Amino acid sequence: MQAITKLTGPILVLEQENIDTDQIIPARFLTATDFDGIGEHLFADWRLDANGEPKPGHVLNEPRARRSPILVGGHNFGCGSSREHAPHALLGFGFRVVISSQIADIFRSNSQNVGLLPVVLEADQHATLVQMDGEEITVDLEECNVVVKTSDGVEHCWPFSIDPFARHCLMRGLDRFEFLNQAEDAIVAFEENR
Amino acid sequence: MSAAESLFDKLWNSHLVKAQSESTPAIIYIDLHLVHEVTSPQGFDLLREKGIGVRRPERTLATLDHSTPTLPPDANGQRPYYTAQAHRQVQALRDNCKEYGIEIHDWDSPYRGIVHVMGPEMGATQPGMTIVCGDSHTSTHGAFGALAFGIGTTEVGHVLAKQCLLQSKPKSMRIKVDGRLPENVTAKDLALNIIRYLGMNGGTGFVIEYAGEAVRSLDMEGRMTLCNLTIEAGARAGMIAPDKTTIDYLRGRPRVPQGDAFEEAATVWLQLASDEDAVFDSEITLDASSMRPSITYGTDPGMSLDIGEPVPRADSKSHEKALEYMGFEGGQQMSERNVDVVFIGSCTNGRISDLRAAANVLSGRKVAPHVRMLVVPGSESVLRQAESEGLHEIFSTAGAEWRLPGCSMCLAMNGDLVAAGETAVSTSNRNFEGRQGSGSRTLLASPETAAASAVLGHVASVSDLDSVEIS
Repeated sequence: MQAITKLTGPILVLEQENIDTDQIIPARFLTATDFDGIGEHLFADWRLDANGEPKPGHVLNEPRARRSPILVGGHNFGCGSSREHAPHALLGFGFRVVISSQIADIFRSNSQNVGLLPVVLEADQHATLVQMDGEEITVDLEECNVVVKTSDGVEHCWPFSIDPFARHCLMRGLDRFEFLNQAEDAIVAFEENR
Repeated sequence: MSAAESLFDKLWNSHLVKAQSESTPAIIYIDLHLVHEVTSPQGFDLLREKGIGVRRPERTLATLDHSTPTLPPDANGQRPYYTAQAHRQVQALRDNCKEYGIEIHDWDSPYRGIVHVMGPEMGATQPGMTIVCGDSHTSTHGAFGALAFGIGTTEVGHVLAKQCLLQSKPKSMRIKVDGRLPENVTAKDLALNIIRYLGMNGGTGFVIEYAGEAVRSLDMEGRMTLCNLTIEAGARAGMIAPDKTTIDYLRGRPRVPQGDAFEEAATVWLQLASDEDAVFDSEITLDASSMRPSITYGTDPGMSLDIGEPVPRADSKSHEKALEYMGFEGGQQMSERNVDVVFIGSCTNGRISDLRAAANVLSGRKVAPHVRMLVVPGSESVLRQAESEGLHEIFSTAGAEWRLPGCSMCLAMNGDLVAAGETAVSTSNRNFEGRQGSGSRTLLASPETAAASAVLGHVASVSDLDSVEIS
């Protein structure tokens, strides 16, 4: 898993609320036994026609989509199924960060486990960001803030909170499994004392 | 004296291997890990990568359900898998279970079924347990007073390897539903009403305990339907404290203790309840008596209405987009919509009581000629029971297709599809865009409503059938 500390880049906005994991990666792409190439199926039903060809005019088919490391999604992003294929598909497509005003529980923990940074901002901050499609912003996991320069030239610095352990692991690209592995004695003790 | 605890607190605390600290999550022990073909292969890869085995194969139980065909094998015994890749994925689970010594319910098992139907039927699901599965509808098992929730594939690997999970403790919510559900109002309607009240994200960050007379009055299958749909309000887990109904359901099932040992276990299970003065982060009280048979009209499970109400007018861009996708206009009557497909099944409503309810409506009636109706039992056990009661004949005589158990059209990854633009009344759990096939339009409802809609060929409730004579 690739570490993420501070990232500057243009944002790509998908304003719709409640973007569920069935949209992010439709179920018919879940039959593989690995995650290789899954990014090509990201938002398949939105982005591609029945023949798998890109639909002209969809924002995700613009060349800039692949160069935007930060996706700004509508409220309640990632709701629905527990499929970890969803954050893998976003990563595979080229995103490293997802920002919303609410992110669903299972999607959030899956993202943290695979190295996609989920960021939740206040509703008014999120609303501002939604109007800034294509603009460059900075997401700083070290400082836990998002730095945005609005069209009036004012620079905003919005703090966000994140689970400290998730932050620790994401910043170092650490596999959370190692932490579990180090708890072997405690696990053995628990099993013996039941 | 220790502080008052909720049922959730008790389950959480009794499974703490390591408490949460300011900088690290808690480690909780998992009693039962359910596994299916779709979300497990990469989890097993973690074991290979680390060179370790499955820590507790006896606490792991596998089945084939998501991508399995529901049509029978051909003359050569070949199952009609939708794709070769789906077949390979099933084979991968078989191989992984063999390699790591995990009990798998394959085609030849009398118990094979949808993971959340099979677990309770076998008595593998028990009160007081922590239960996880790489599937968001794992919340179903909370109906037994278990802490049960869906996990991602990385976590599937963690549980296979260590029988534990890293978790931060969610907040707690209690939803008390007073009064009794009126006649013809089912557990599915209750759940749709709760999700409508909370919104599809109102439960995010919470574990929900359901309480109150209307919840207590549900049988176990109704409770499973309710807990199953908890994730559709954004909460990972829903639970109901065990009572006599729970104990009576479990007694004699293959995986529970038998004889006196069962009664001893039951005594312990019946103590699992929230203390009277337990404090919840959120408390909600609803009235069951005002609830009516419901159906969804939009593209999230929170967008539902009482059958007979007009489709609400759009009040936001997202709402407008949902109506456009569904082909509805604000103010329109749902009964104007013709139905193309009816699906009875899934981990939400694929149990024997659901099939009985649908058969009861269909008995002596016919599915409208333009409707394709699929009835997919949730498990081999449900299939056997239904056939022993002759339900399959009622379905076939009415013009419905009687299929083999699996997830089928709920997520449509096995080839059981709703075509683009078609409308399905479905007893499943998600009405997201394209959930039942690209461009499909899903209306979620109870088995009774689905069956009534099949007969009339448009959206209808059971009470609309009163005018239709039984032949």
